[in-house]
Amino acid sequence: MANNLKDNEFDVIIVGGGITGAGTARDCSLRGLRVLLIERNDIADGATGRNHGLLHSGARYAVKDSESATECIKENMILRNIARNCVEDTQGLFITLPEDAETGFGLDYQKKFIDACIAAGISAKAIDPKDAIRMEPSVNPTLIGAVQVPDGSVDPFRLCSANVLDAKLHGAKVITYTEVTEFVKEDNTIKGVKVHNKKTGEDAVYYAPVTVNAAGIWGHSIAEMAGVHVGMYPAKGALLVFGHRVNNVVINRCRKSADGDILVPGDTVTVIGTTSTKVPFEECDNMSVTREEVELLLREGCALCPSLANTRILRAYAGVRPLVASDDDPTGRSISRGIVCLDHETRDGIKGFITITGGKLMTYRLMAEWATDAVCRKLAVAEQCKTAVTPLPGSEPKDQYSEVKIPQFAGANLGMKASIGRQGSMVRKIDFTNAEDRELVCECEQVTVGEIRYAVNELGVTSLRDLRRRTRVGMGTCQGAFCIGKAAAALAAALGKPEMADQLAADYLNERWKGMSAVGWGDTLREMEYLQRVYKSSNESK
Amino acid sequence: MQEHSISANNFEQCQKCAICTTVCPVLANNELYPGPKQAGPDGERYRMKNPVFYQETLKYCMNCKRCEVACPSGVKIGDMIQSAKLEYGKRSHIIRDTTLASTDLVGPMASAFAPVANLALSMKPVKAVLDATIGVSKHRTMPKYSSQTFESWFKKNAAAKQDGFRNHISYYHGCYANFNYPQLGKDFVAVMNALGYGVHLLDKEECCGVAMISAGMKKQATKKAQHNVKVIGEAVAAGRKVVTVSTSCTLTIRDEYPHLLGVDNSAVRDNVVLVEKFLWQALSAENVKLVWKEDYKARAAYHVPCHQEVLGWSNFTIELLQMIPGMELTVLDSHCCGIGGTYGFKKENYETSQKIGQPLFDSIKAADPDFVACECETCKWQIEMSTGYAVKNPISILAEALDLEKTMEANR
Ligand SMILES: Cc1cc2nc3c(=O)[nH]c(=O)nc-3n(C[C@H](O)[C@H](O)[C@H](O)COP(=O)(O)OP(=O)(O)OC[C@H]3O[C@@H](n4cnc5c(N)ncnc54)[C@H](O)[C@@H]3O)c2cc1C
Ligand code: SF4
Ligand code: SF4
Repeated sequence: MANNLKDNEFDVIIVGGGITGAGTARDCSLRGLRVLLIERNDIADGATGRNHGLLHSGARYAVKDSESATECIKENMILRNIARNCVEDTQGLFITLPEDAETGFGLDYQKKFIDACIAAGISAKAIDPKDAIRMEPSVNPTLIGAVQVPDGSVDPFRLCSANVLDAKLHGAKVITYTEVTEFVKEDNTIKGVKVHNKKTGEDAVYYAPVTVNAAGIWGHSIAEMAGVHVGMYPAKGALLVFGHRVNNVVINRCRKSADGDILVPGDTVTVIGTTSTKVPFEECDNMSVTREEVELLLREGCALCPSLANTRILRAYAGVRPLVASDDDPTGRSISRGIVCLDHETRDGIKGFITITGGKLMTYRLMAEWATDAVCRKLAVAEQCKTAVTPLPGSEPKDQYSEVKIPQFAGANLGMKASIGRQGSMVRKIDFTNAEDRELVCECEQVTVGEIRYAVNELGVTSLRDLRRRTRVGMGTCQGAFCIGKAAAALAAALGKPEMADQLAADYLNERWKGMSAVGWGDTLREMEYLQRVYKSSNESK
Repeated sequence: MQEHSISANNFEQCQKCAICTTVCPVLANNELYPGPKQAGPDGERYRMKNPVFYQETLKYCMNCKRCEVACPSGVKIGDMIQSAKLEYGKRSHIIRDTTLASTDLVGPMASAFAPVANLALSMKPVKAVLDATIGVSKHRTMPKYSSQTFESWFKKNAAAKQDGFRNHISYYHGCYANFNYPQLGKDFVAVMNALGYGVHLLDKEECCGVAMISAGMKKQATKKAQHNVKVIGEAVAAGRKVVTVSTSCTLTIRDEYPHLLGVDNSAVRDNVVLVEKFLWQALSAENVKLVWKEDYKARAAYHVPCHQEVLGWSNFTIELLQMIPGMELTVLDSHCCGIGGTYGFKKENYETSQKIGQPLFDSIKAADPDFVACECETCKWQIEMSTGYAVKNPISILAEALDLEKTMEANR
């Protein structure tokens, strides 16, 4: 919009590179604004990188919160069209088990549930339990009822990365590993932000007439920093990842939402979740999963799908939902799962500052639309939102596996096809005719040297953890044991700093270890011992 | 907290150590093949996500199962690859695969016209036609079809005498002995009779199905399996062991029926045994006695077929052969011959197949024996074609080395 801006001046500054910030940056840049997105770690490092990846149909909310349910189904349909390489139409089942009838969630409740879904615009139909088993053979065979709904799965990393990429393609500046430490505030107006780059140690100041707080649960302290109060409610949720796809259809329990009652197939794995516990703000930066949580999730998961009892668990992780207590309830008890968009000028008398939070991963686009509408109002820009109809990079064409053509020749490998699943049509940027580029680095997840180069060149990767979020390197069964050395070398080479390889690998392994230790028994324990032995001996031999 | 992970083909036990990739003969010789780890557990994980990840290149696996023998985690890699072929494989050369795979269907047809079939199969133009139209490599000598099947020989010449023996066994002869090389069946009957065992056929055995499994013909293979389990079950119920001469048939009946075809063989599995193991056990239990010819002399080199490696019974064969007084036995280093059942017959595999076998061929030439000893019929074709050395089944060697009459007396 504004033309003669200096390098550190923008139309809008967005704080937080989770899905909400990324989506807002994209929407603002599609509307022609000059955007700066600031993230203190890598993108998708907050709740966005630690959630369940369910593309809700909205059915889960239909009975209690029809507004959220309607939002979900609308966004669900939109994302299927604009983010094809990030979502998968798995369909979902809501099952009723014999024991549910005893707690008041029998087939009467199922009827109420279906009616509520239909009222919210969600196609929900009861199907015969036998058909449910045919549709999803891993489902608990004792089920007495099943409802089919249009659930799906969504890959949060990919979705976030695609939004960031598109924002960049439309001129946005994105800086990561840079923390907002303070606001530039004059009188009651926010004029800009002071930042600290955690990698270089440098400080800087950026200016814009509007700043958007999209910092998830950390939005609480960002708001305090700006001198306003947003009553956030940090709700921790833990999840368990199983080693491969156990189910191909989302399985939910048809009852009041409870712990561990959704099983989501996501890319090559299956994830059970979640729990919900309030945690102090100080803990939000360092989440870990307890033994009790693992046991609970496993128990509840087995009720949905008995074969989980003997399926290898890869790792456990937890995230914090950025929920907001209703403005008129200071106790923080009445929590809204809905979207919260606050203009602090009208609410608190602070100009140039907007908070966008609450909501869900899959309603991010709508959240971004609301936030961008608010930004545009302040800047008196009349552009309309186009994100509901504009595909994200990689999303075209429709049937990705058959329509995105990769060259066919001797030596073609699975990694080439797997990368279509991840990067969609953006794989055209990878030169698979080059033997080195199609060499497999991560064999569990089928990641090639070419895809790593692409992630470095186009997706802003600087470490193995960043790389994992964009490509799934090291996310498979071996949890990095077999590939991390190779991946570190390929990454270091792509970054043009081959000497960094060892350091990249060491940083990564330490973090993986944490995720595995909560579930360290059976084959995962064997894998851990193997990993330890491999890396101990390879260090000793140096 | 969890039960121990038990998964189909031990898929979940894979630790990604890649040891399997170091022993796969195909991976080392054919750059198009993804190898056991990628074609097996790694690929399986992706196929579970979406069948589009099935790769045609799995056809290069020759199901030798050397990878399974090497895997420290007990992953049934070969089975996993075969299952994937059964489940997802589009069958490209349908005519060729059915011809090679339906050994007991083509067998009877070809046997009825054996002289013509053998002549036709060895003539150059015919081979070229086979090569071009159905993709059977023209370099191959096709197995010869015999004019009288073992079964009809047995019914005419042997069946009537069998009830007169002290002990009884059932014989699963397999397609090769029946159609291609009845002499093997005759040798088997001669040795068993000499040892005091009456030999009985099953109530119409069918092909074990191994070739159909590799061709992705699951329905047909399953039918055969169900039939065989039934008739083997009848023999077992009558108190007889079912003795075999082919390592591949034995492995298929014992292990692949449940793993790949989901056919429950638990009631019969332990009663299906290769003749060498059966004999060795009978000898150590002192149930039988052997009397050798006095003038027998031979220099043999023993090649362990891949499926014998999987069964883990090669020591029985080695010990039996070493009992022969005039025998000078060299045990060759374990190395795949490259044929992999009907694998090497397929045009696209010919070159790989020969490359794989080369080290074995070289070691045979270096040992320069009178003949090669080996329990597998497809290894026999491959070795004979590629080295010119004759290959004999151990049971045929025993038939030559034993003084059959004296042995029969000793066991009366
Ligand atoms: C366990 C769990 C399961 C969930 N399951 C689902 C699901 O299945 N489907 C669904 O749709 N939703 C789900 N959600 C909700 C969803 O994850 C969140 O609503 C969504 O990811 C929030 O995104 P966000 O961008 O608002 O916040 P975040 O992703 O947390 O992003 C905030 C970002 O701000 C950055 N930041 C913080 N402070 C600063 C600073 N000072 N300077 C710069 N940057 C800063 C952080 O590093 C972080 O990256 C789940 C949530 C949890 C916790
Ligand atoms: S299949 Fe066995 S040998 Fe191969 S990588 Fe897995 S554990 Fe290792
Ligand atoms: S069965 Fe043989 S050819 Fe097939 S993967 Fe295993 S070792 Fe290789």
